[in-house]
Amino acid sequence: MVASVQTLRRVDEIRPQATLDDILYISSPKIVKRASLGYDGLMACIYWTRAVQYFGEHHHNGSLSFNQLAPLLEMTTQLDPHLIVAYQFGASFLAPKPPFGAGQPDRAIQLMEYGIQNNPTEWHLYYDLGFIYYTELKDYAKAADTFERGSRVPGAHPFLKIFAAQAAQHAGEFQTARMLWTATYQSSQDKQIRQNAVEHLRALKVDEDVTNLQSALTRFGERTGRLPNSISELAAAEGLPGIPVDPDGNAYTMDRDGRILVESPDDFAFATKGLPPGYKPIPKFHDQ
Amino acid sequence: MTARIVHIASNTFREAVRDRVLYNLIAFAVLLSGSAILVGQISIDIERLVVINLGLTAVSLFGVVIAIFIGIGLVSKEIEKRTLYTVLSRPVRRWEFIVGKYFGLAGTLVVNTFFMAIGVFGALLYVAHKLTSSDAMIFVALYFIVLEFLIICALALLFSSFSSPLLSAVFAFSLFVIGSFAEDLRGFAGMAHGPTRWLATGAAYAVPNFSAFNVINLVAHGHPPSGQLILQNTLYALFYAGMALSGAVLIFDRRNLK
Repeated sequence: MVASVQTLRRVDEIRPQATLDDILYISSPKIVKRASLGYDGLMACIYWTRAVQYFGEHHHNGSLSFNQLAPLLEMTTQLDPHLIVAYQFGASFLAPKPPFGAGQPDRAIQLMEYGIQNNPTEWHLYYDLGFIYYTELKDYAKAADTFERGSRVPGAHPFLKIFAAQAAQHAGEFQTARMLWTATYQSSQDKQIRQNAVEHLRALKVDEDVTNLQSALTRFGERTGRLPNSISELAAAEGLPGIPVDPDGNAYTMDRDGRILVESPDDFAFATKGLPPGYKPIPKFHDQ
Repeated sequence: MTARIVHIASNTFREAVRDRVLYNLIAFAVLLSGSAILVGQISIDIERLVVINLGLTAVSLFGVVIAIFIGIGLVSKEIEKRTLYTVLSRPVRRWEFIVGKYFGLAGTLVVNTFFMAIGVFGALLYVAHKLTSSDAMIFVALYFIVLEFLIICALALLFSSFSSPLLSAVFAFSLFVIGSFAEDLRGFAGMAHGPTRWLATGAAYAVPNFSAFNVINLVAHGHPPSGQLILQNTLYALFYAGMALSGAVLIFDRRNLK
């Protein structure tokens, strides 16, 4: 027994990904559905668990490829079209670009439309689809339309109407994005989805702070014809309420070229501003 | 007449309960329901769904295996041990023997299902910490599973009334698999033309439609099956099991036991 366990561990070292990769040799949901002899609910649960494990493992390893995530989620939802959490997971992790997701917004939209078709009274799905249009594709017209469709579902959360209006105006981008991610955090029980929302909210705060500081810096430069010597000087000159700090409490810094930077960019993987030139983000999740 | 059938049924039940294979299968089914707890914990957000799906699937599949493997041996074992001659030498008619055996096996399966259901509810309570009103729908799924067993028991007896245990097992299990595809068979009949259409339609209605009894995923999502479905499935199971049992009785009545 001991010898067989040790041999198997050696085999696992040689082909560590084999189990998860092999699964897609059966890529047709119809075949899996038939083979399950009507117990397709159980098969859907198995495929869902594998989808989560697949993403979790690849994400943890910093993989840049999540090619099997879409087929696994499609298989799951075709076996059980009412498994809402699988659609929500797809909306969160199919559309974003690697390393944060599979970078397949088209597949994410396809999945969500399939979900809405099979669960027309589930307002969360309209919200998730609108979210993809708004944050990933920046297609505000479609986002507004989807939020509006969702707001007509009986029992839908009132914030869908607000999102529809804000997406239509495409006004207050930071504010809308913050509301969207907060709603995602509050409306999901999935740990990974909630952590993802927390990371985005942290990054949004950085983006907003850096934008505001950069504007203050521009105003200072126009007025004085020079760069401030420090962030403290900028804060005092522009009447900012104290020295601005990032969500971890670290003060922002300024480089020689007048760029506002965060102290630890690795802690804000989704931030698009305040990063050193040439910086490549590394996915890292924090405790909620 | 009724007393004789009850007597044979109770003996069949006792014999089945004493059967070691039966105990192993129950233990395995309970173990599987227990493993639902483990699977539930690694499944994100769908622990309840996994426990219900896995638990009820285990109840259904192990019940089918028990029904087939005990059902096919009910007649042949009696012939092999020559106890059948002792029974039939008394004022017991052959049809009473078959019907008694059937009720004995059906009773065994109902008791098994009851114990396995306790395992499922225990696992559910462990994972969800409380039972909700929608969990009552699980009883409907369990009832449909029992109806499925009634048909399989009758089929196993039908096959065992004229063929060897091995062949009976193959026939019964094949019909279970084909019966799970009954609705696809009907879809195929709808697409065919001419004699093929009639043949496929006939085959689709001849094989038992087990897919109609599978509401496991429906109840796992908390959706109640309609009252009409419960009524029609009950009638269908009674008619189909009655038909298969009548076939078993007719064949066994004409069988030369010398």
